[in-house]
Amino acid sequence: MRMLLFHIGRYVLLMKKVFSRPEKGRVYINQTLDELVTIGFNSVGIVVIISIFMGAVITLQTAYNLENPLIPVYLIGLGTRDSMILEFSSTVVGLVLAGKVGSNIASEIGTMRVTEQIDALEIMGINSASYLILPKILAAVFFFPFLTIISMFVGIFGGWAAGVLTGAISSTAFIYGVQYAFVPFYVVYALIKTVVFAFIIVSVSAYEGYYCQGGALEVGRASTKAVVYSSLVILLFNVIITQMMLAK
Amino acid sequence: MIDVQNISKSFADKVVLKNINVVFETGKTNLIIGQSGSGKTVLMKSLVGLIEVDEGSIIYDGRNFTAMNFRERKEVRKEFGMVFQGGALFDSLNVLQNVLFPLNVFSTMSKSEKLDRAHFCLKRVNLEHAAHLFPSEISGGMKKRVAIARAIALNPKYLFFDEPNSGLDPQTSIVIDNLIKEITEEYQTTTIINTHDMNSVMEIGEKIVFIYKGNKLWEGTKHDIMHSDCPELNDFIFASEFTRLIKKNIKNLT
Ligand SMILES: Nc1ncnc2c1ncn2[C@@H]1O[C@H](COP(=O)(O)OP(=O)(O)O)[C@@H](O)[C@H]1O
Ligand SMILES: [Mg+2]
Repeated sequence: MRMLLFHIGRYVLLMKKVFSRPEKGRVYINQTLDELVTIGFNSVGIVVIISIFMGAVITLQTAYNLENPLIPVYLIGLGTRDSMILEFSSTVVGLVLAGKVGSNIASEIGTMRVTEQIDALEIMGINSASYLILPKILAAVFFFPFLTIISMFVGIFGGWAAGVLTGAISSTAFIYGVQYAFVPFYVVYALIKTVVFAFIIVSVSAYEGYYCQGGALEVGRASTKAVVYSSLVILLFNVIITQMMLAK
Repeated sequence: MIDVQNISKSFADKVVLKNINVVFETGKTNLIIGQSGSGKTVLMKSLVGLIEVDEGSIIYDGRNFTAMNFRERKEVRKEFGMVFQGGALFDSLNVLQNVLFPLNVFSTMSKSEKLDRAHFCLKRVNLEHAAHLFPSEISGGMKKRVAIARAIALNPKYLFFDEPNSGLDPQTSIVIDNLIKEITEEYQTTTIINTHDMNSVMEIGEKIVFIYKGNKLWEGTKHDIMHSDCPELNDFIFASEFTRLIKKNIKNLT
């Protein structure tokens, strides 16, 4: 418990340092553009792949569970749409990105710490926390919502393809279901969650890397911890945000 | 000149530096020697403010660095050049960009002046041909030299080297040592070097400070060191068969 408070306190102080006034604006813009590529574009592939398969599985599972002939078959399309939008495109994608992006960030910053590159920045009077972490936060917070939107479309498409190819549902019924009783607010809810998750993934992983001590082994540990802790915090905030936004 | 007055540092309950008093002189190679874990790196990082000391002050030519705020320190830091143990080159930048980095941070020069300066520094360490290579593509000795080029880019008054020879073969070590000595004389810098390498001590030890478990036990020159009566220092110097042999021969000669 004392350790938890210690980490939370040090995390808050680190974030304060990250958001204290950056020095040369231009440098940050370039860094952020670079990070958009590393953190953002390079994650499109994995998001597309998992979303297709998730959409497909949701559709098939819903179809196999809907044996009752009284329930209209287009509900399969509706179920796929809502599951993708409400939960999978933000939370599951967030967890996968915590694995991909989070471990990357922790090992990059952790390596810079143990090889004294962070000290080298500090001795030049550079706010290393802000210089290294802020561009990553900006890039993720800006780009992850696009990943979520991509995931929604691709997932629903995957569901449609799986449903139609296996004969579980007709194309028309699925599309009717996808359009039926659409709640735009769910998309807003998903995007807000995504922005929060993006911040969690980058800041928690950067924290683990920034305070890494030792050598290559510790960098590996920091990277594992980054994935575990950012995933846990994502799951926690998923509950909190859901309670705040969807509870009636 | 760097005047270190009474500095102490502990991590949690562990005392790492105890009441260190020492003066590092201008235009000289000042060596901090001691076993691994004796506190050399902590002492050096305390000097430059990467570690905050618990007590004492560090005076840079009359300026009390310890008492300064972040902004004032940044002004003094412009006069620092530091070479870290592994070189600490930025992995994502090539050799030339690494040397340009401090120039871009601090200097008001034009772009072409900066480039000229960076090339000049690389030439000084004999690495012009490696300008476009990345840290992962060069040897340990080259990394150290790039780090030296980066450290001298801003014409520093104070140069810090943390174990510049660690991981290098004896010949490359001597090249680096002599480079450090030449630069010190050429630019009249106050140069501080952490080392546990007796070759370096005998090569460039103009002023030597011996640290043992966080205490300063001895100081002197390379001419005094062979005759010191500090037992911990003698254990440190004459740790190997080879050095004991040298000592025997020195005794026989005198
Ligand atoms: N950040 C730190 N936290 C706790 N202990 C540290 C820290 N940095 C160094 N130490 C301890 O201080 C002692 C001196 O370390 P150091 O200055 O690195 O020795 P060396 O003389 O080999 O450079 C070691 O026992 C080390 O474990
Ligand atoms: Mg050391």
